[in-house]
Amino acid sequence: MSKTVEIRWHGRGGQGAKTAALLLADVAFKTGKYVQGFPEYGPERMGAPITAYNRISDQPLTVHSNIYEPDYVVVVDETLLESIDVTNGLKADGAIIINSQRPKEELLPLLNGYQGGVYVLDAREISIRALGKNFPNSPMLAATVAVSGVMGREDFLGEMRQSFQHKFAKKPEVIDGNMMALELAFNQVGC
Amino acid sequence: MAIRERLSGNEAVAYAIKQINPDVMPAFPITPSTEIPQYVANYIANGEIDTEFIHVESEHSAMSATLGASAAGARALTATSSCGMALMWEELYVAASDRLPIVLALVNRALTGPININADHSDSMGARDSGWIQIYAESNQEVYDNFLQAFPIAEHKDVMLPVMICQDGFITSHGVENILLVEDDKVKEFVGEYEPEHYLLHPTEKMAVGPYAVSNYYMETKRAQRQAMLNAKQVILDMAAKFEQMTGRKYGFFEEYRMEDAEYAIVIIGSAAGTCKAAIEEIRATTGKKVGLLKIRVFRPFPEEEIAQALSHVKAVAIMDRSEMFAGSCGPLGAEVRAALFQAKSQAEVVNYFYGLGGRDITVQDFMQVYDNLENIANTHVVTGMYDYIGLRER
Amino acid sequence: MIQDRINEKSPWQDITEGNKIFEAATSKEFCTGEWRTFTPVFHEEKCKQCLLCVPVCPDSSIPVKDCKRGEFDYDHCKGCGICAKVCPFDAITMREGK
Repeated sequence: MSKTVEIRWHGRGGQGAKTAALLLADVAFKTGKYVQGFPEYGPERMGAPITAYNRISDQPLTVHSNIYEPDYVVVVDETLLESIDVTNGLKADGAIIINSQRPKEELLPLLNGYQGGVYVLDAREISIRALGKNFPNSPMLAATVAVSGVMGREDFLGEMRQSFQHKFAKKPEVIDGNMMALELAFNQVGC
Repeated sequence: MAIRERLSGNEAVAYAIKQINPDVMPAFPITPSTEIPQYVANYIANGEIDTEFIHVESEHSAMSATLGASAAGARALTATSSCGMALMWEELYVAASDRLPIVLALVNRALTGPININADHSDSMGARDSGWIQIYAESNQEVYDNFLQAFPIAEHKDVMLPVMICQDGFITSHGVENILLVEDDKVKEFVGEYEPEHYLLHPTEKMAVGPYAVSNYYMETKRAQRQAMLNAKQVILDMAAKFEQMTGRKYGFFEEYRMEDAEYAIVIIGSAAGTCKAAIEEIRATTGKKVGLLKIRVFRPFPEEEIAQALSHVKAVAIMDRSEMFAGSCGPLGAEVRAALFQAKSQAEVVNYFYGLGGRDITVQDFMQVYDNLENIANTHVVTGMYDYIGLRER
Repeated sequence: MIQDRINEKSPWQDITEGNKIFEAATSKEFCTGEWRTFTPVFHEEKCKQCLLCVPVCPDSSIPVKDCKRGEFDYDHCKGCGICAKVCPFDAITMREGK
């Protein structure tokens, strides 16, 4: 990875899109990258559309603006496809990753003719299968790493396991489920 | 070895406070600085530091309590933003006049009217005449580094003035970036213990703080206060040199970025400087045009001659203000840099732009446009829009 | 005396840092009695030692010893006349001039 990868996250307040962006910054940081993770600055309200951003690079990052021409867009809540132009500025050689139960063909008409990569992930189903609950963040994070290639699969999974071991030190029984959610997501986007 | 971490700007300041373990922190929450006292309160609750946290009912009280603690002999600090600082107004002046070495972690946010919570320098620029030293940061790394230097500057016997450590609200305060932290023992050694010469809790020395000064004394008192601000210049440079020895990171009154041969320069404060650097790299790589940046770190004391010297060889300068002052002409940075250039008999063409008010984003492309404008102005010697806006919607 | 060190002729270099004063009760050195245009006169024979005059004096210029008030402290009395006003026994009267 020679250039800076820029990612834009779309979610709704309370769904954890900002947390996912910070998690991605965290894990990329641990593999030695320079990272930025930041929300669209403003008052956040539960359910309101929110945007979060990542820059990931091998070089120090100095730019402090929002991201207008992202390499990747991640849509954590598919209802946003109807109300927000999520592909705005998205690079043609980039990709969009959408959390949806619907087939890709049904979503394409909502993408304003976007010609780049389109990846659809049923993060809800994966999360429920792996964890018994709907936490779409982890699968979306894994899919984003898989599609963007900001780090290798083994690096990513290794770092995430360590991070879960730290985070869930008092309930280690959930670690395997979380790891499974990541692996399923990685496999499903097929990168 | 420095500790490689990734922190938000607020986390970085709170971490610096933890490493310094000051005596007293009165604080009242206001976005976007709220996290700083929150993190510090956590450190205290976890027994990691023994700072006395004072819960107060307003920022007026927060700064009053900080003043009281400092006058009593404690190393005291607080944090705030925007209207919170406006409510401290009276005490800001008192802190400086009483020569109390307080540190304020200011997370810059627009002053209300209309209400807005985003980055803007109107809060600290409004307080530029209060007698506080003001040090600004481009990044999380810089706000952390500046904070570590704050108490040694404030408490220096030639200075004894309060210091404001400023960072841009949300942009750095809430953005996570890579950062290099200094080890605890090195911080302890660098910052040292505060040993005030005079303080109210002194067991034997009698002392009165903040007496009334009639006109027979006021002017001499203010002149003496000015001397402290003048002395601060050397102390700021000395602390920067000492800090560089410890970390290898170099600081001064300002950063000169690609200025050695620059023909067109931007003068700016804060986080947008990083975005400007990216524009400079892009322009130099694609066109070879000689563009540079002067990023002001220390706004008070104002390094007038040094700025004029640094800009002495450029053809055109854009001074960029992140706050209005409704002079009908310029912004605060514009006014002072122009005055510096005039005094130095500079021949450079100068424009003053407002940008980023109330958190309006500024991009690499915006900066490239500014450099284009400067080139035009330098070629034609026609300055249109001497006081203009970047990113303003216009009919 | 503080006036010997800092006074109205002091250059700015001599002003203490932050105007701090390193002495207590310096107000004693400041003879506000200079300002007086009316002077209270104490008539001891009429005084019942009720001491109502003492707490109302803004300049603490009525000394008390062994539960009895004594002569005015004319170095600091500004001649405001409050003591004369509160005295129920006409034991204090005001005279024009110092």
